Amino acid sequence: MSSDATVPRKEGAPERPGLLREFWYYFRENRGAVFGLWIFAAFAFCAAFAPYLVLHDPTEQFREHFLQPPVWQDGGDWLFPLGTDPLGRDIASRLIAGARLSFFVGVVVVAVAASGGILIGLLAGFAPKWLDAIIMRIMDIILAFPSLLLALVLVTILGPSLVNAMIAIAIVLQPHYVRLTRASVLAERQKDYVTAARVVGASRLRLMVVTVLPNCLAPIIVQGALSFSTAILDAAALGFLGMGAQPPTPEWGTMLAEAREFILRAWWVVTLPGLAILVSVLAINLMGDGLRDALDPRLKRS
Amino acid sequence: MNAPVMTARDLARHYPVGGSLFSKPQALKALSGVDFELFPGRTLAVVGESGCGKSTLARLVTMIEEPTRGTLSLSGKPVTPTDWRHLRKDVQIVFQDPYGSLNPRQRIGTILQEPLVINRPDLSTADRVARAREMLGLVGLREEHFDRYPHMFSGGQRQRIAVARALMLDPKVLVLDEPVSALDVSIQSAILNLLVDLQERLNLAYLFISHDLSVVRHIADDLIVMYLGRAVETGPKQAVFDAPRHPYTKALLSATPRADPTVKHERIKLQGELPSPLDQPPGCPFAPRCWRAQPRCHDERPELTGGDQRAACHYPLDAAG
Repeated sequence: MSSDATVPRKEGAPERPGLLREFWYYFRENRGAVFGLWIFAAFAFCAAFAPYLVLHDPTEQFREHFLQPPVWQDGGDWLFPLGTDPLGRDIASRLIAGARLSFFVGVVVVAVAASGGILIGLLAGFAPKWLDAIIMRIMDIILAFPSLLLALVLVTILGPSLVNAMIAIAIVLQPHYVRLTRASVLAERQKDYVTAARVVGASRLRLMVVTVLPNCLAPIIVQGALSFSTAILDAAALGFLGMGAQPPTPEWGTMLAEAREFILRAWWVVTLPGLAILVSVLAINLMGDGLRDALDPRLKRS
Repeated sequence: MNAPVMTARDLARHYPVGGSLFSKPQALKALSGVDFELFPGRTLAVVGESGCGKSTLARLVTMIEEPTRGTLSLSGKPVTPTDWRHLRKDVQIVFQDPYGSLNPRQRIGTILQEPLVINRPDLSTADRVARAREMLGLVGLREEHFDRYPHMFSGGQRQRIAVARALMLDPKVLVLDEPVSALDVSIQSAILNLLVDLQERLNLAYLFISHDLSVVRHIADDLIVMYLGRAVETGPKQAVFDAPRHPYTKALLSATPRADPTVKHERIKLQGELPSPLDQPPGCPFAPRCWRAQPRCHDERPELTGGDQRAACHYPLDAAG
């Protein structure tokens, strides 16, 4: 404690309070969220390094190993740790490759839905009353359909493929972003700092993008995390119905659909892809809840 | 104190309310016909209870809204919405709530530079930063505050930042919309002294909106007392405070606490509520609550009359009260 340089900073001394550290402090409070974050990290790792993690080519068929059980059951061996499917393909490799596809679907769908939704929401929030009403009624109409049904209709029109399924899901999810953004914009617009920017002469575009938008982002980030899981789930559902990824693509929902008839003979072909969907969606939802707790000041405990 | 920097003539603002598919919207007369002149280096205080149109006046003067009627001129030139862009930099505003008036996502430096980024594209980044830092010093904040976020400041400091932002464009007129009513009393005086100091240095004209008469007594040169969107009494501060002519002014003054317990203090209690601005009585708007009201007051609206100190009352109080 002799030299000034080694004296630790006084407790509570005004230092830049890293926003990130504050975020982590609140996020950590929620055990489930941290757990979800770890699972999500593993999921992202699988997605990023899928080609290096798989034991076999996910579409390669091993004719001598149809429906081989996982390693811990009689008849299993380490060549196929999670067994094989009816065509002799390695399930572990297919699940890892499927993680990459699901992650890709999630990222693209959320990016498309969020960017479109934020843009339309901002416009609606700043638009004159009549335009706002038109935009919001259109969004209400989209929301009035059961989301999967609408996605099915869209895919039927566009033709079944993973890309079209992603477009359809993005369109279905987008009204949520519009409503969320518009609501935040309307709340923020009332505040004095927006008026102050107007008095200073800020143009409407500047008000929208520079002044208001950054203050609306917290709920949108939370919605992004939550709709990531919705996107994965919907993509799997479309795949299961034969409207999403087409065989032999190792997509989780498609895998379920292909293996449906063997559910009694070989439990692993159906259970494992189902578990993969369940665990990843659950983890992302837990993480999203934690994000909401950490980012929404109204839920903060001080 | 020669030519007025801003003149308002018969300024009015009506808001349409309650219009639906089947009913015509009614006009809410938030402000109906106010005149005033602002001189460089002087403070005009606008006082009145809540809902009397003070803040609407601020919105008109800062060109956020267009007046329904009447004219506003700046340095002799009439203000029209097409000129707003150029005239904006001459009129700036400081808001009441220091917690809502600063963008929580911007650093202080960014907040201070924004007016320059928008209005002075000719300045280089270095120039802007230099000016913002200089302004920070002028309002009594320190260098290291430049990179901080608003949530790290107290209310008084935030209000200093708001003042600094308003002054970035060298305005001629500063509208102060209850700038100290959200602050602690000890901080209030510091901010008021800062404002007085800045006015002397920069020769600013202040339009000081307040409901707090002790603050007004401290800072104002002239006074407008408003009631239900109208000026009921105007004049030099000392004259109005010493001898109010309108009964409303007298009631308002009697409601301010004095720090001198020896002075005998007679509080006038007003009966009744403020009439709805949607449905104004035909006569004097204050008549329903006035203890001196005569039948004439209920039928005929009084105009502002008098010399330096003008009051809108049929039976004004004389100096004896």
